[in-house]
Amino acid sequence: MKKKFSVGKAGTYAVLIFWMLTTIYPFFWVIQNSFKEKSAIRTQSFALPIGELFTLSNYAEAFERMDIGRAYLNSLVISVCVTLIVLILGGFTAYGLSRYRFKGRNLLYSLVVGSMMFPVFAVIIPVFRMEYAMNIVNTDSYLLNWLSVILPQSAGNLTFAVIVLMGFFNSLGLDLEEAAYMEGCNIFQTFFTVVMPITRPCFATVAIFTFLWSYNDLFTQMFFLRYEEYRTITLLLNQISSKAGTNYGMMAAAVVLIIVPVLIVYLFLQKNIIRGLTAGAVKG
Amino acid sequence: MPMISMMFKKKWPLFILVLPTFVFMSIYLYYPFLMNIFNSFNTINGLGTASEGLNTPFYLNYINMVKDPKIHIALKNSMIFMVCTIVFQVGFSVALALMVDGIGRKAEFFRTVYFFPIVISATALGLMFNLIFLYKGGMVNSFLSYLGASGSVDWKDSKHWLFTAMLPVMWQYVGFYFVIIETGLNNISEELYEAARIDGANQLQLVRFIKLPLIYNTVCTCIVLAITGSLKIFDLPWTMFPNGLPEDMSWLLGTYMYKQTFIASDVDYGSAISLLIVVMGVIFAMIANKVFKEKDY
Repeated sequence: MKKKFSVGKAGTYAVLIFWMLTTIYPFFWVIQNSFKEKSAIRTQSFALPIGELFTLSNYAEAFERMDIGRAYLNSLVISVCVTLIVLILGGFTAYGLSRYRFKGRNLLYSLVVGSMMFPVFAVIIPVFRMEYAMNIVNTDSYLLNWLSVILPQSAGNLTFAVIVLMGFFNSLGLDLEEAAYMEGCNIFQTFFTVVMPITRPCFATVAIFTFLWSYNDLFTQMFFLRYEEYRTITLLLNQISSKAGTNYGMMAAAVVLIIVPVLIVYLFLQKNIIRGLTAGAVKG
Repeated sequence: MPMISMMFKKKWPLFILVLPTFVFMSIYLYYPFLMNIFNSFNTINGLGTASEGLNTPFYLNYINMVKDPKIHIALKNSMIFMVCTIVFQVGFSVALALMVDGIGRKAEFFRTVYFFPIVISATALGLMFNLIFLYKGGMVNSFLSYLGASGSVDWKDSKHWLFTAMLPVMWQYVGFYFVIIETGLNNISEELYEAARIDGANQLQLVRFIKLPLIYNTVCTCIVLAITGSLKIFDLPWTMFPNGLPEDMSWLLGTYMYKQTFIASDVDYGSAISLLIVVMGVIFAMIANKVFKEKDY
C-alpha cells in the first residue's frame, strides 16, 4: 500500500497515544512524587524531583516505621508456594483429563469449569471457619499463617490452570509421548521428561499469572492474616497508608514499593503474560 | 482425539494425577460453597464461633435483605458498575483494538503498554488514585488549577464519588479486553481483506462488514467476562472508599459483604450476600448468553 498522510490516520494515532499516556503517566507521576517532600507534592506535583526537590526521606520513613523486608518475604513465600502447588496439581490434572478417557471424566471437567463461576466471596467464610476449627489461622507460627493463605489461594487458582493447560495439552500430538513410552518410560517419567519441557512456555504463563494474582489478592490476605508480623507487602502497605493520614509522600512511596516487583516481572515476561491471557480467556 | 494410545489404557495413574486435585478442591471449593448456602440460614455471630442454630424463620436473612436499605444501595451500585463495565471497558477496548488493527504496525507495543495496569494490584492502584484525586495537590486538581480553574473539587464527596470510584476500575481493565479483541482481529485472514478491497470496499466498510462481524463472538465472551468481573470488584473501591464512604453511598455487593462479615460480625448475613453475588452472576451471564447468542458467519 502507498504511504500517505491522512487526517484519519493522524487522528487514530492521537487517540492511541492519548490512551497510552493515561496508562503510563499516572505511574510516572506517583513515582516522581515519592521522591519529594510532602509539602513539595502539594505545591509542585508535576515538577521532576531534581536538585533541591529530591529526597529519599519517604522511603527512609517507610522502612523505619515498618518491617518491609519481612512483608516482602511473607509475600514471596506465599506466592511462590501457591504457584508451585498450582503448577503441579494443575499440570497433573490437566494431563489426566486431557489424555485419559474414563467414566466421570465429563463430570469432573464440568466441575472444574463450574468452579470458575464461584467468586471468592462465596467460599471464603466457610473456609475461614474450617481453618479456624483446625487451628491454622490466627496462630503465632509463620508456617501456619502462610499455609492459611496458601491453601485457599491455590484452590482458587487451580481451575484457571487446569483449563489453560488442558487447552495446550489437547493441541499437542501424541507421537513424542508414545515414543517415550516405547523406550520404557512410565506415565510420570513421560510427563516430566517429555511433556513438561515442550510445554514450558505454557507452564511459564500459568506460573506468572498465578504468582501475580496471589501477590495482588488483597481480599484473601485481609481475611486470613490478622497479625502484623505475618502481613504481606500488599496488605501491610494498604493498612499503613490508610493510617498515614496526610503523609502523602509516604503513600506515594508505598505505592512504588508494591509496584516495583511486579513492574520488573512484567518488563521481562510480558510476552508470556499476554499470550497466556488470550489462551485462557478465549478457551475458558 | 482420534485414537487413544495404548499408553493410556491402564487407569491407575489417574489416582495420582487427578484425585488429589479433586479432593483438595472438594475441601476448599465445593464443600465451602455448599456450607455457605447452609450458613446463610443460621445464626452465626463471629467468624470463629459455632452456629447458634437455624434462624427463625430460617430464611430471616433474605427477609432482612429485602428490607435493608444499604443492600439496595450496594445492589444499585453494582448494577451501575456492571452496565458501565460493559459500555466503557468493552466499548473502549473494541474502539482501541480497531484503531490499532487499522494502523497495522506497533500492535505489540500498544498491547504491552495498555495491558500493564492489569498486572498491578488493585490496592496499589487504589492508593495511587487516592493521590491523584487528592483535594489539595492531587494530580487532577493541580492540573485543573494549572488550566486556570478556581477552587479545588472534592472528588470524594457525595456528588463526585461515583465518577471517582468508577474511573480507575474502567481504566484498569480496558487493556484486558483490548488484548483479547485485538487477538481476535489478528486472526482474520488477510485474504478476506484482499477480496473486499478488490470489490472496492473502503476502510469503514472493512470495519462494518468484515471486522465487526468476525469479532462478534469474541466481544460476547468479553461481555460475559465483564459481567462476572464487575460483581467481583472489591479491592479498588475498598481502598478508595472504605466503609461505604461518603455517607454509606459507595457500597458494592463485595464490600458490603466484607463489612457485614468482619466489621458487623453478622456472618450469616454476609453468607447470604455472597450467595446473592453468585446468583446474580449466574443469572446475568445466562441473560448475556441468550441476548448475544453465538453466531456463525
